Amino acid sequence: MMTGIQKIENLRWKCLEIRRDIIEMIHTAGSGHPGGSLSAVEILTALYFHTMNISPENPQWQNRDRFILSKGHAAPAVYAVLAERGFFPKEELLTFSASGTRLQKHIDMTLVPGTELSTGSLAQGLSVGVGMALADKMDKKERYVYVLIGDGESQEGQIWEASMAAAQFKLNKLVVFLDNNGCQVDGYVRDICSLDPIEDKWRSFGWHVQSVNGHNLNQIITALENVQRSEKPNMIVAKTVKGKDISFMENRPEWHAQALNEEQYQIALADLSGVELALRKGKEQE
Amino acid sequence: MNDKFVVKPFGNTLARLGEIYKELVVVDADLQRATETELFQAQFPDRYFDVGIAEANMVSISAGLALSGKTVFCGTFSSFITQRVADQVVMSVAYCHANVKLIGVEPGLASGRNGASHQAFGDLAIMRAIPNMQVYDPGDATETSAIMRYMMENPGPAYMRVPRGNTPVIFDATSYQFQAGRSCQMTKGKDVTVIAAGIMLPRAIEALKILEKKNISASLINMSSIKPIDEELIIKAARETGCIVVAENHSIYGGLGGAVAEVVTSYFPVPVVRIGIQDKFGEVGSIDWLADKYMMNSQHIAEGAVKACNQKR
Repeated sequence: MMTGIQKIENLRWKCLEIRRDIIEMIHTAGSGHPGGSLSAVEILTALYFHTMNISPENPQWQNRDRFILSKGHAAPAVYAVLAERGFFPKEELLTFSASGTRLQKHIDMTLVPGTELSTGSLAQGLSVGVGMALADKMDKKERYVYVLIGDGESQEGQIWEASMAAAQFKLNKLVVFLDNNGCQVDGYVRDICSLDPIEDKWRSFGWHVQSVNGHNLNQIITALENVQRSEKPNMIVAKTVKGKDISFMENRPEWHAQALNEEQYQIALADLSGVELALRKGKEQE
Repeated sequence: MNDKFVVKPFGNTLARLGEIYKELVVVDADLQRATETELFQAQFPDRYFDVGIAEANMVSISAGLALSGKTVFCGTFSSFITQRVADQVVMSVAYCHANVKLIGVEPGLASGRNGASHQAFGDLAIMRAIPNMQVYDPGDATETSAIMRYMMENPGPAYMRVPRGNTPVIFDATSYQFQAGRSCQMTKGKDVTVIAAGIMLPRAIEALKILEKKNISASLINMSSIKPIDEELIIKAARETGCIVVAENHSIYGGLGGAVAEVVTSYFPVPVVRIGIQDKFGEVGSIDWLADKYMMNSQHIAEGAVKACNQKR
């Protein structure tokens, strides 16, 4: 049995591995959405390597927890997590977005083991998650439905339709992460159509709201443990950095959907080597 | 055929299906009297959800329920369930193979009392173009119930137009059987084939009487399964009568007329005359008044049949 500290330490290494996968996939494909994939890595890692009750050997296991990527363009992050978790061979990651691949630019649930929904047209994933949690409530299933939405995505009216419905139906097994990275395709969210004050909005819609640093695994995991005591649907607002850990991408909206040239690719790898060095140093200090 | 009517065949059948199928769930968007789902709700309140005036949410929530093993009926006016939430229908339901039965109440002219905003004249064109989607337009109360039973037994996305309230009975409920992609030849003639669906079926039956007086021998086909469509019978009709008139409660673009023309031009080209909405928006009025104004009554169908005959080489 691992101690909590060792477990978090392992998850940090996993996050580094997943970020490397994302950069390799998007660089090889020559297209993809790096910014919003990199911002979601700790959230996905905490879910798939710590919290969620899932079975890579039997992806359709009937009591599994379910995850929906409503911000569908972060598919590279989900593919990397699923491969690292053993749902399909890691080599397949390099087929991302290639002709004939299972790993479409946005998830096709009929092709990829471990995925619950095809997404890409924003905001629908949250409503579908509401429907899934509602079915679980009808069937008295104890499992959780997790949904990841984006802040830009929250400008869609359907997010708030789903929000009202979840509160109305008292879906306390629904847990939604907001990847609050502050950037969207055309610029900064606050300059285009601000969501502030976002926590107040969700609270006033009848949700149990928690705020975390979306790159702090301890905070994410603590928030995930807290939801077990909630009688309302759960919103975890995760403050994140778009393009996290890649120096020239961090907090830059233009890295929403862009591939890396050779020079940028080398810098990105060097940045991640820096992260690795910091992880090693952290270990020595313990 | 007789002049019998049945009250609320959709709502009553839905409640009956609820007794048989425990996985049947109904989702509404604040229109339970129009969709007649109050009858289901009264018996099965635990399997009925009203999400309020939020059609997009209704469709995607229905997909979520379906992807958890439920068979979901969700509906609103035919204009809203198709054109208003087309992307939710495409992405949440069809692309994800969700077992959701989308119900369009008061299609086309049947929404006459609500006028243009509620009259879907392009719903069949929208739904027909969506992969995985089956499309039905029942011609009477018997067929409405039969298609609903068929949808319960056959998983997958489907769109059904629903006549509301008092609905004529044309087919014998004891012998009628529905099969997707199969249509029903009601009379056999040699000069022209009339193909009809939905509320145009009674008008087509009247049109045949007019044609009989003109000594024109007409076949009549009820084509409630618009997708998949009965290619075999359309080709047979084209061979046997050499021309076709389609009577549809829809724009002449992309609906049943378009579907029939696609089959005919691919396999056995003959003249096809389309009786339907001529690329216009609607207005308020009784169904009969609208059918007269928009040139979709039995007289117009008969005239279309004569025109089709004259176009034969």
